[in-house]
Amino acid sequence: MVGFLFRRFLSSLVVLWLAASITFVMMRSIQGGPFESEKGTAAAQAVKLARYKLDGSLWEQYAAYMGSLARFDLGESTKYLNWSVAELLGQKLPNSVLLGGVAFLISSGGGVLLGGAAAVRQNSMVDRAAMFGALAAISIPTFVTGPALIAVFALGLGWLPVGGWGRWEQIVLPAVCLAAPYLAYVARLMRNSLLDVLKSDFLRTAKAKGLGTVEAVARHAVKVAILPVVTFLGPLAAHLLTGSMVVESVFNLPGAGMIFVNSIQNRDVFLLGGAVIVYCALLLLFNLIVDLLYGVLDKRIRLNG
Amino acid sequence: MAKGDSSSGFGGRPGGWQVLKRNRAAMVALFFLVGLTGVAVVVPWLMPEALKEASGGAFLAPMAKGGADGVRHWLGTDVNGQDLLYRVVSGARVSLGVGIAGALISLVVGTLYGMVSGFAGGRVDALMMRALDVIYSVPRILFIMIFIAALDPYLKDWLDAVRLGAQGRGWVWVEGRVNGIIPYSRILVMIVSLGLVEWLTMARIVRGQVLVLRETTFVTAARAMGQRPWVILWKHLLPNLATVILTYLTLTIPAVVLDESFLSFLGLGIEAPAASWGSLLKDGAQAINPLESKWWLLVFPAGMMSLTLLALNFLGDGLRDAFDPKGGE
Repeated sequence: MVGFLFRRFLSSLVVLWLAASITFVMMRSIQGGPFESEKGTAAAQAVKLARYKLDGSLWEQYAAYMGSLARFDLGESTKYLNWSVAELLGQKLPNSVLLGGVAFLISSGGGVLLGGAAAVRQNSMVDRAAMFGALAAISIPTFVTGPALIAVFALGLGWLPVGGWGRWEQIVLPAVCLAAPYLAYVARLMRNSLLDVLKSDFLRTAKAKGLGTVEAVARHAVKVAILPVVTFLGPLAAHLLTGSMVVESVFNLPGAGMIFVNSIQNRDVFLLGGAVIVYCALLLLFNLIVDLLYGVLDKRIRLNG
Repeated sequence: MAKGDSSSGFGGRPGGWQVLKRNRAAMVALFFLVGLTGVAVVVPWLMPEALKEASGGAFLAPMAKGGADGVRHWLGTDVNGQDLLYRVVSGARVSLGVGIAGALISLVVGTLYGMVSGFAGGRVDALMMRALDVIYSVPRILFIMIFIAALDPYLKDWLDAVRLGAQGRGWVWVEGRVNGIIPYSRILVMIVSLGLVEWLTMARIVRGQVLVLRETTFVTAARAMGQRPWVILWKHLLPNLATVILTYLTLTIPAVVLDESFLSFLGLGIEAPAASWGSLLKDGAQAINPLESKWWLLVFPAGMMSLTLLALNFLGDGLRDAFDPKGGE
């Protein structure tokens, strides 16, 4: 177990280093530096580049960046004067994580319930309606469902606010919008996997003992059927984190998504690099938790590989 | 080993194509997609040139007659007074074109990766699958955004150099061609980058199939005869993988179309003058304000896009049920 965690830690460091390196080298080889759109002489630009240690050869710049990363310093934004990357991300990222977290609970919980219900009543109207709805939800992009949700639930029925951020009602529509396609995906996963388990011998035994279908499913089948869903939780988190960019833009929320998009356009290399590193670190941590959870749920798996 | 063979006679398990033909939703989806492709290819040729150009009549409502020449705009016009029907149909060309081309690239990469991993087995397989797990858990679309921003200017520069070179030598035809491509260079970069992102599922599925296939007797026989691994992969395994690959190709196209629209909606994808459904929706969302609802700018592209993705997913699901019944997600 300790060995597993240690190996995981080392491989995570390698992934983070690769992500940071790719981002930095790509951004610095893009045409147009961070200050070229500003007015100012070549000398003034050179002074600014020197301040951010972006002068010198690409190799020297890279070494300086890696050096500051090794000291847990993400650097300063080149676009927003005197703002450190950590401050900017600290301001916006919690909003994205909150939105993603709520959407995560909705999509995993709702998907398991919906998929489970569909499997128990296979080929019934409930099953067919749920699976058709799931396919529709997977097919319709969030920037279409978002305005549609606003039109119906905010402008039409008036149940929820149109936009804004801060109160719990305001997170409902964006979170549902973000969660919908993944809820559908989880529901399909859960349905397929539960259908397989329902055919298995141990479940027949459970029913022969006299358990009702619902009780047999709840007590025995779900524990096994949920495993494919658990393996999907890691990629799910990655999808939600990037998917929230579009939802934040549709609902005009103060999240980290637009930081990301703008920092590419502004050539804000440190801000972008910081965002990539923090996103990847969050996901690696999350995947570790999922793997540990998987080991707890499935006793056949031992964590030494 | 081919699953579609036991089709004839009564009582046997029906073949894959028969299962597919009985799946009404999948067949409707197939006809819809064929029709849409036909429309996207043919209709822009047939429309009068006056419709395609920017005109004075911006934001005309659907069915309105506009402009000096009084042509009817079935779906209304956009901010530049261009006919929305023309924009949506030519957007279909771009969206579907990017989807299909990107999915084909992912097919090649994913199939190769999966075949090598599954056939090599052992440590190589374990390492390759571990790498796949890592890539799965990284927000890949972020790197795509960076790739596109970084590579597109170089491609544009290179095309420009080709154009100038042709100009210098007096090759009018080449110059004209390249000049026509330059505004659309971003599309090429997107196709390649998206293709290089969406191959992961394909690789996993192919590897799983290869693990089963390589234990079969005909592969053992081929090995015993001393055939090289590449020949076995190409001649014996690939034909048996064809239907599975086709199935996941159909499911990859909507994924690539969605990715493309995602990037275009954020303003990092298709650039004007080219338009895809995603960039049309971005333009539509920008034109909307609370006072005037220009609903057609959102409803028509969104409707077309959703229907198409739904049809692709229905067809892909139908193919999977028919050819790969055990293949989960």
